[in-house]
Amino acid sequence: MRVVIVGYGMAGSRLAAELHARGGEHKVTVLGAEPHRAYNRIMLSTLLAGKIGEPDVELAEVAGQGVDVRTGADVTAIDRAAREVRTDDGDRIGYDHLVLATGSRALVPPLPGLDPTDLPARVAAFRTLDDCRRILAVARDARSVLVLGGGLLGLEAARGLAARGLDVTVVHPVGHLMERQLDPAAGAVLAGTLAGLGVRTELAVGGSGVQVDADEVRLRLTDGRTLAADLLVLSCGVRPETGLAAAAGLAVERGVVVDDRLRTTDPHVSAIGDCAQHDGTLTGLVAPAWAQARVVAQLLTGEDPTVRYRARPAVTRLKAAGIDLAAMGDPTDGPGEELTFADPARGTYARLRIHDERLTGAILLGDNPTVGTVVQLFDRGGPVPTDRRALLLGRAVGATAAAPAESPALMPDAATVCQCNDVRKGALVACWRDGARTVDEVVAATRASTGCGGCREAVAGIVDWLCEADSVGAAR
Amino acid sequence: MVLRAEGDRVEVLPRQFPTNRGGLCQKGWTAAELLDHPDRLTTPLLRDPSGELRPATWDAALDRVAAGIRAVQSGHGRDAVAVFGGGGLTNEKAYALGKFARVALRTRHIDYNGRWCMSSAAAAGIRAFGVDRGLPFPLADLGRADTLLLVGANPAETMPPLMRHLTDQRRRGGRLIVVDPRVTATARQADLHLQPLPGTDLAVANALLHIAVIEGLVDKAYVDARTTGFEQVRRTVAGCWPAEVERLSGVPVADLEATVRALAGGSAIILTARGAEQHAKGVDTVSAFVNLALALGLPGRPGSGYGCLTGQGNGQGGREHGQKSDQLPGYRKIDDPAARAHVAGVWGVDPDELPGPGVPAYRLLDSLGTPGGPRAMLVFGSNPVVSAPRAARVTERLRGLDLLVVADFLLSETAALADVVLPVAQWAEEEGTMTNLEGRVLRRQALRRPPPGVRTDLDILAGLAARLDAGDPEAGRFPTDPRVVFAELRRASAGGPADYAGITWERIERDEGVFWPCPDPDGPDAPRLFADRFPTPDGRARFHPVTHRPAAEEVCAEYPLHFTTGRVLAQYQSGTQTRRVAALRRAAPGGFVELHPDLADRLGVDEGDELVVTSRRGELRAPARLSPTIRPDTVFAPFHWAGAARANSVTNDATDPVSGMPEFKICAVRVERA
Repeated sequence: MRVVIVGYGMAGSRLAAELHARGGEHKVTVLGAEPHRAYNRIMLSTLLAGKIGEPDVELAEVAGQGVDVRTGADVTAIDRAAREVRTDDGDRIGYDHLVLATGSRALVPPLPGLDPTDLPARVAAFRTLDDCRRILAVARDARSVLVLGGGLLGLEAARGLAARGLDVTVVHPVGHLMERQLDPAAGAVLAGTLAGLGVRTELAVGGSGVQVDADEVRLRLTDGRTLAADLLVLSCGVRPETGLAAAAGLAVERGVVVDDRLRTTDPHVSAIGDCAQHDGTLTGLVAPAWAQARVVAQLLTGEDPTVRYRARPAVTRLKAAGIDLAAMGDPTDGPGEELTFADPARGTYARLRIHDERLTGAILLGDNPTVGTVVQLFDRGGPVPTDRRALLLGRAVGATAAAPAESPALMPDAATVCQCNDVRKGALVACWRDGARTVDEVVAATRASTGCGGCREAVAGIVDWLCEADSVGAAR
Repeated sequence: MVLRAEGDRVEVLPRQFPTNRGGLCQKGWTAAELLDHPDRLTTPLLRDPSGELRPATWDAALDRVAAGIRAVQSGHGRDAVAVFGGGGLTNEKAYALGKFARVALRTRHIDYNGRWCMSSAAAAGIRAFGVDRGLPFPLADLGRADTLLLVGANPAETMPPLMRHLTDQRRRGGRLIVVDPRVTATARQADLHLQPLPGTDLAVANALLHIAVIEGLVDKAYVDARTTGFEQVRRTVAGCWPAEVERLSGVPVADLEATVRALAGGSAIILTARGAEQHAKGVDTVSAFVNLALALGLPGRPGSGYGCLTGQGNGQGGREHGQKSDQLPGYRKIDDPAARAHVAGVWGVDPDELPGPGVPAYRLLDSLGTPGGPRAMLVFGSNPVVSAPRAARVTERLRGLDLLVVADFLLSETAALADVVLPVAQWAEEEGTMTNLEGRVLRRQALRRPPPGVRTDLDILAGLAARLDAGDPEAGRFPTDPRVVFAELRRASAGGPADYAGITWERIERDEGVFWPCPDPDGPDAPRLFADRFPTPDGRARFHPVTHRPAAEEVCAEYPLHFTTGRVLAQYQSGTQTRRVAALRRAAPGGFVELHPDLADRLGVDEGDELVVTSRRGELRAPARLSPTIRPDTVFAPFHWAGAARANSVTNDATDPVSGMPEFKICAVRVERA
């Protein structure tokens, strides 16, 4: 079977790897428009921060192992009747099954002074490795940056650039940051956290025009002000790349419409990743794209003909030095109980919603030791702890060992002092009564502290206490 | 430990030794009780026609074994007889057992219970470093590391004296980080505890390496100079970003970051143990941690490195000298023509007569009595009825044999099924050597003679070899003096990865043990490996790209909980020995099922209620023990008990494709009140 994958981003490269891992008689051809090997988009903000180099974001690839990867190959058309795709250099590549993994592209807002097809050097979207290169080319000599758009990607770009020591201002047309994931209170805490990291925020104000010259870029705001900087980064959302699919007559709404098998309206064509619309939803995240790649690979190789893609609820995670944010579901609305914790001065905020003993939504911002547990409970639909505090304050609740008694006098005789040799307090007391008067004598008689040695001080404390209680001086 | 004899009574005392530093846990203190235990076997037992085990003479017993072997081999071929060894046997016995299988029985079927224990770390170690020595540095180095990362290791309960090194380490200001799904006694002492969902350690390791890459913590000079294969691993872990691993494992990203930063700061040691290794992806999981260690430049650097905590008494030595299905003495590979020629020369046989590789332990046990599988088996120092995964099936397979022979000093659950039981000497009654987790060869000294009626394993092998090879006057090919066997082992191991050629008993006694490889009696031994090169063809350590894959069996509506197994402080292995010691029985009287109070609440279970834990393979019954220290989605049972509480009735027999390690540490179960 000839499988052709259009797109060599995170979805397309993953599908090639999944097909390769299953072996079989497939001839896989991957056509990537970008000129470089597949990379991890999630690491691009780290690249902006300057902590890593381009090679560090590359993903493992299966090119040369029975998989034909052609980078810089722009597919211009799909001929569904002939079952072939055409590339811009005139190639025709036949397929038995075609998978569209064309991803999405950054939206350039319709602002006077911005031509989406020809952005000036001081203006860049933040989406691809090429975008990063453009940003970095300017950022090297820049001191100030404007980021238009305070969603997840915009904030990642802002954080990355601030980490380079740049003066960063985020302009966001809504009243609070990341409004799709956060409530206003969390947005405010996040803005405070960002301020501490050198990122200013201008909220409830949009851009109304852009002017660029050799020295700077000026963003006119809807409230009449103008902000100037060396660089303007656009992070105003993305739009699925559906042009090929639409031109080929496949059903396209916001994305390429696919069913639970990730098939388009043509059974010989599938779509995965950002370009696909499943059950009315675009995902825009890597985890579901990889889950879709797995399903397609299982179906195409016949490994599991009954497998179907089931969307998992999204978890939004922003984790960078100084920022720790997790958001999932909608904790602000719906039935059930609500848990909250807020310590704005320390940048910590938590809001969780529980319905029917299951977590239906959560926002965790700042130092929340429970974040791993909360994410997992939400993801797996597991029952929440009976003691709800465990969801806010961490596993320590109910899990700490009993504090050592203030005085050996308060310790029950049955309390185990030495785990390794199963010696209880009563045995140490009995040993004392039998005449042992030093720690060494007690240890020799009971074997307490002869294993890991961790209870040596506890044993000594009990011997001291016995000495004092009996008013008999004892040498250790 | 040291032993003191008063008349026939033997007493155990701790010994100031660099490894245990004078520490001894209750199992050590009470070990001598078994020497004169009323359950001790002192006469061979033969199963009579009515099915009863009855006392017999040694001649009758060995004749019966030899006749049974001959009958099976003449009817079904040489491979129809199998040998199953143990990681508790001395080096001399392990060596002799491997030789006995290959030379006297000429069967390819020999493997041992170390397959349940060390095999995943061994395979990953060889893959990366070209050699498998549990710790490539002395244990005392732990006390000097700035950061220690213990993965699936619980020495506070499984190896208490080791904790003295950890106490040292923390007194010097070092950090201890523990990865374990349970808040174990060891985890409670940690500065940072990562509590992943069982079966996700590999993903955790890859996320740690991902973080090391993006934070610029990779030791590039080391990677360039001393390793190969990093590029492919780096690209693989690029796809394991921390947020996704947090979702999979439940370990917060911030904790992952803190772990990497601690490891990268100064000297650091990463140790894995059974928790990470006893999985159907155990080798890859260890490789993921080895990759991390290599990327941070730890192996071979003073005070740093990767190591694995060996489990059984002679877990290290037991895996070096021929008990493994694919291996010849000196850690040589049985399919290597040069290795075959060398060992055959020492043994005085034609290399072509040596059988080829057999199959790993579980596959071997699962084939017993089946068409094409072995029809007779000799078991030395192992109790698979309790310790094997999917134990009910293994028990059935053992029952299907024409001949089962068990050499043991107590009537273990496996011995109770045998046709012939051969009573053997105990540790205090025999000379020999053991190799500890540091690769340090130690002496075992006999303090008294075995009781009348008891023979050593070496005696048994010699007796059987003489009977099987009746026409050959050279029955002396299986000497019964361990000192003579060790001399032969030295020659057989010479030139191999685990080279004992330069190790003598005198030198061991003089130097507090000798670290292998030690090829020359007058040359140095090797407390620390990898300082200049790795024993690979190009001298470099090898990265190996690995990716997370789900457990062989995942939870579902019918079996909604994760089940994991492990140990308790006062019991050892299959419990045959420790369950018979009164003090240990008092401390740990029986099996139990540990579960979180929230889960107990949902199940309507109180402390002490009898529970049934059911998997697709079987069930275990034991009382509930409520503990807030376990994840609410996971239940735990220790594996030391037989009968209804046998944890291995439930475990999964899926095995690692490289090492053959069974997946003891995770399967899917449901839990109900009995």
